Amino acid sequence: MSGPSIMETLFQRTLEDLIKGIRLQLIGESAFISKAMEEIRKEIKSTDLQTKSIALQKLSYLSPLHFVDMSWAAFHCIECMSSPRFAQKRIGYVAVSQSFNEHTPVLLLITNQLRKDLGSVNEFDAGLALDCLANIATVDLARDLTPEVFTLLGSSKVSVRKKAIGVILRVFEKYPDAVRVCFKRLVENLDSPDSRILSAAVGVFCELASRDPRSYLPLAPEFYRVLVDSKNNWVLIKVLKIFAKLAPLESRLAKRVVEPICDHMRRTGAKSLMFECIRTVVSSLSEYESALKLAVLKIRELLMDEDPNLKYLGLHALSIVAPKHLWVVLENKEVVIKSLSDSDSNIKFESLRLVMAVVSESNVVEISRVLLNYALKSDPEFCNVILGSILSACSRNVYEMVMDFDWYVLLLGEMSRIPQCQKGEDIENQLIDIGMRVRDARPELIRMARSLLIDPALLGNPFLYRILCAAAWVCGEYVEYSTNPFELVEALLQPRTSLLPPLIRAVYLQSVLKVLTFCIHSYLRNKSSGLFPFTDNLEGVVSESMSKGKTQEASDLPTPAQDDVFNPRISDDNPYEDLPLENNGEDSKFDSFEKNGFTRESIVNLLNLIELAVKPLLGSLEVEILERAQNVLGLIELIRQEFPDQLSPRKEILAKEESEVSKLIRSMNDAFCEELGPVSVTAQDRVRVPEGLVLEENLKELDTICGDIQPSTSSFFAPRYGERIEESLASDLQNGEDSEPSRESTSLLIEHRKRHGLYYLPSSASNDYPLANDLRSGENDRDETEDFVRLTAQSLAPKKKPNYSKPRPVVVKLDEGEVTLSVASKKPSSKYDLLSGVIQDVLQETNLMDKSSRKGKEKVSSDVPQGSKENVQDPEDPRREKSGLRKSKHRSHGKERKHKDPDQVDGKKDGKSERAREKSSHRHGRKKTRQRAEGPLNVSAQTPVIPDFLL
Amino acid sequence: MIHFVLLISRQGKVRLTKWYSPYSQKERTKVIRELSGLILTRGPKLCNFVEWRGLKVVYRRYASLYFCMCIDQDDNELEVLEIIHLFVEILDRYFGSVCELDLIFNFHKAYYILDELLLAGELQETSKKTVGRLIAGQDALVETAKEEANSISNMIAQATK
Repeated sequence: MSGPSIMETLFQRTLEDLIKGIRLQLIGESAFISKAMEEIRKEIKSTDLQTKSIALQKLSYLSPLHFVDMSWAAFHCIECMSSPRFAQKRIGYVAVSQSFNEHTPVLLLITNQLRKDLGSVNEFDAGLALDCLANIATVDLARDLTPEVFTLLGSSKVSVRKKAIGVILRVFEKYPDAVRVCFKRLVENLDSPDSRILSAAVGVFCELASRDPRSYLPLAPEFYRVLVDSKNNWVLIKVLKIFAKLAPLESRLAKRVVEPICDHMRRTGAKSLMFECIRTVVSSLSEYESALKLAVLKIRELLMDEDPNLKYLGLHALSIVAPKHLWVVLENKEVVIKSLSDSDSNIKFESLRLVMAVVSESNVVEISRVLLNYALKSDPEFCNVILGSILSACSRNVYEMVMDFDWYVLLLGEMSRIPQCQKGEDIENQLIDIGMRVRDARPELIRMARSLLIDPALLGNPFLYRILCAAAWVCGEYVEYSTNPFELVEALLQPRTSLLPPLIRAVYLQSVLKVLTFCIHSYLRNKSSGLFPFTDNLEGVVSESMSKGKTQEASDLPTPAQDDVFNPRISDDNPYEDLPLENNGEDSKFDSFEKNGFTRESIVNLLNLIELAVKPLLGSLEVEILERAQNVLGLIELIRQEFPDQLSPRKEILAKEESEVSKLIRSMNDAFCEELGPVSVTAQDRVRVPEGLVLEENLKELDTICGDIQPSTSSFFAPRYGERIEESLASDLQNGEDSEPSRESTSLLIEHRKRHGLYYLPSSASNDYPLANDLRSGENDRDETEDFVRLTAQSLAPKKKPNYSKPRPVVVKLDEGEVTLSVASKKPSSKYDLLSGVIQDVLQETNLMDKSSRKGKEKVSSDVPQGSKENVQDPEDPRREKSGLRKSKHRSHGKERKHKDPDQVDGKKDGKSERAREKSSHRHGRKKTRQRAEGPLNVSAQTPVIPDFLL
Repeated sequence: MIHFVLLISRQGKVRLTKWYSPYSQKERTKVIRELSGLILTRGPKLCNFVEWRGLKVVYRRYASLYFCMCIDQDDNELEVLEIIHLFVEILDRYFGSVCELDLIFNFHKAYYILDELLLAGELQETSKKTVGRLIAGQDALVETAKEEANSISNMIAQATK
């Protein structure tokens, strides 16, 4: 056996060989590594520890840098780690701390080895063990090794002791009961004269305090001493962090530390310390005006600095202070705004965050303008971040901030026109949302929607199709607010719409149908009210233009050059306006349209135009387009049947129209006029489950059925609802002509329903499901929806104030619920609770012990009644000053003594203040015991009792 | 606290990793890939902090190497920059004007030095001298052991075992 072993040892590749090999290999890195791994697997099984350790070393090199798994070598790690030779041991330890985790099966085997090494006389062995424990501590390890770590906390070797202090953090984390054993010694280390030990201890407390500050309030005097005495910036930064956590809990403490912190801020040359002071002040001591002013001054310095790091930190500090003291940000507004165009994206984002923090009702207009300008200039990514934050800020709490919706609608339009804009979906949602919520904004909305529709730039950007979709929907839905519906139809039917994806074109067509219905309805309404005067010359014009339209239709049909058609129509528009229209109708709603005149001619023109543009779509392969085009044409066909006759004998027409067309049109218009309201997100929950409906617990089966159906992104609203009715109406129209396909689909639906009947609501009606073409059932449906809209958001009924976009109470409540939930979940986990509970216990015990050990000495002071305690403690303060005075006196002594003195004095001073502190803590201990005697002990209730050490 | 330390070369090669928070092997790979993509692409005159997954990564470039440390949101970024600098200075002292090759070939040494500097994600030693002394002490220990192991008598003893 010895043969191969020595051969292996002599010819084994060392780590250096391996590294060289990797750098020089010709066979490809991964191939080389897998070859090396083979070697390692062989070598690591060697009985010779040297060979094994080198193999392990190579493995621990490959693992982190070339992502090779090394968990299989766990046992070999342990073997190396227990080697008596330091070199091998070290390799073993490195490998262990690299690869072990809580689930490593052989973890239990290392407890003894760690224990042995922790107790080793060799400081390096102990150091290795401590490093390792810091990395891989588990509950078991922490529990079993607590005594050893405790011993090392008092080690005479500084390097070991400070490591033990560092490790204690992990031990506490895993095994809170260790606090009972170790805490006192840990606190004692805060008094250590050695700066390294102090630094380590403060570091541990900083980390502990960040998790549960309240438990460490009793230690405030120790920290205060460090804050005042220490000259070490590393330590000071940590102490400041501790105070940043403690100060908000105890106002007296805050009062006490604010001066020293300001001192540090003024004096220090180190930017890191200065920044920490600033952060402490702005986050925890911002109610102290002088301190805050000083901090703001320093922040300004940072902001003006050339160094991007400092600038970033300055902005960061501003964002901390912004929620409480907005004026600080406003004071530095210029710098913040300027930073929006910084080359560093971090700085840009930070300043954007700041700007958004400043936004309020009063300045939202101005800020949006500025931001939009920056968005235009900046790169696409940041541009969209800006747009996103404007959109989300303005829509927050149902457009809380927006006072003037006309302005906001225009702003949305402007955003859509920014070339890099990719926020199509958000803008789409907001356009529809505003349409539904804010009645007063609708006229402006529809104006803007039209201008978007006719903007050629938008059609070229696929990100913005969604916006166009919303604009088209708005045009159709709110056509009654439009000043000129004919323009809308033109915009909706412009030839370039062929660039759009079919689903969006379908929306366009649907809107055309709505506008058409609206126009004809208004026309008929005017006429039937007998206020429409037919002038002779009109008749002439009508027939003329009719024939004109028809000829053009005939000639241009294959190549729809609609521009030609549009132009005459637009020019035709003017003569109508000159017509004497006397119908200043009773219905004031349509006043504005009267000007445009729903004259018969204009209607005929409209019909021609629509027919011309829509007819080619009958050849479309897209079902959605095809169907809607059919609907539109079917309706036109129907109206046409009436119109030619109309031209000659008037009275007849009137009677006839009244009977058929107008009835139809009226019902369609009624359907379209139905207001769509926003639907609460919780609406679904409010629908009562009908009796007899068995809801399956697990709806997995549903996945197979609707697996390929994507959930609608705008499920928040119910815009589709309107379309459904339209469709049903349209199919009503078509029924006569092509009932064949509809019957087919009906039978398909019935079949589907039979198969999956389980998932349908039971209907009492004789029909299996509400027929698609049954208007009444549609109305019922609508009523239902209305009902639960009313149910969920009764206050939603539109009012006439600009901010009548009422916050939906249900939603708001829901949000609150979420907030409280998240707060609850933010609470420290039970582990930390446990830890803090133990620490509080220990602190009390410590105080008790102090008391009992010094009972004799301090009898007098312990008799002092509680009320006068503060008076007794006050002397601590002057004494400090005195010692300071004395120090200066000493300084003025002879030169030859100058070198020695400060040390002595410091020592003295330390001693004194320490004693004072002990005294007070002892007194405090008494107070606590008294409380204990008075009431049942409640650990968590005990904590708020703030010690008076300092104050 | 510091969650991890990464040394990445300008070409995206990892030179050293040290994890103070539990990350599985898979996560480690992902983190490294993500961060090198994030950091290596940053221009030279930008600030040294990157916000990442609710944490902050402080990095600093020395020649062709990026030293990165990941810290909590409320840790002091400038302090961490100084820690990085301290680490580099110690390396410099130890290797004598350190370069990337030193770290490639003395991967473990860099590791030991880092272990003396940081413990459990906290700075444990701020004195360059002390770290140097501790490392030298360990090296001496290893050297004597090596000499022993390589002595002829030891080899004979092993061969005749």
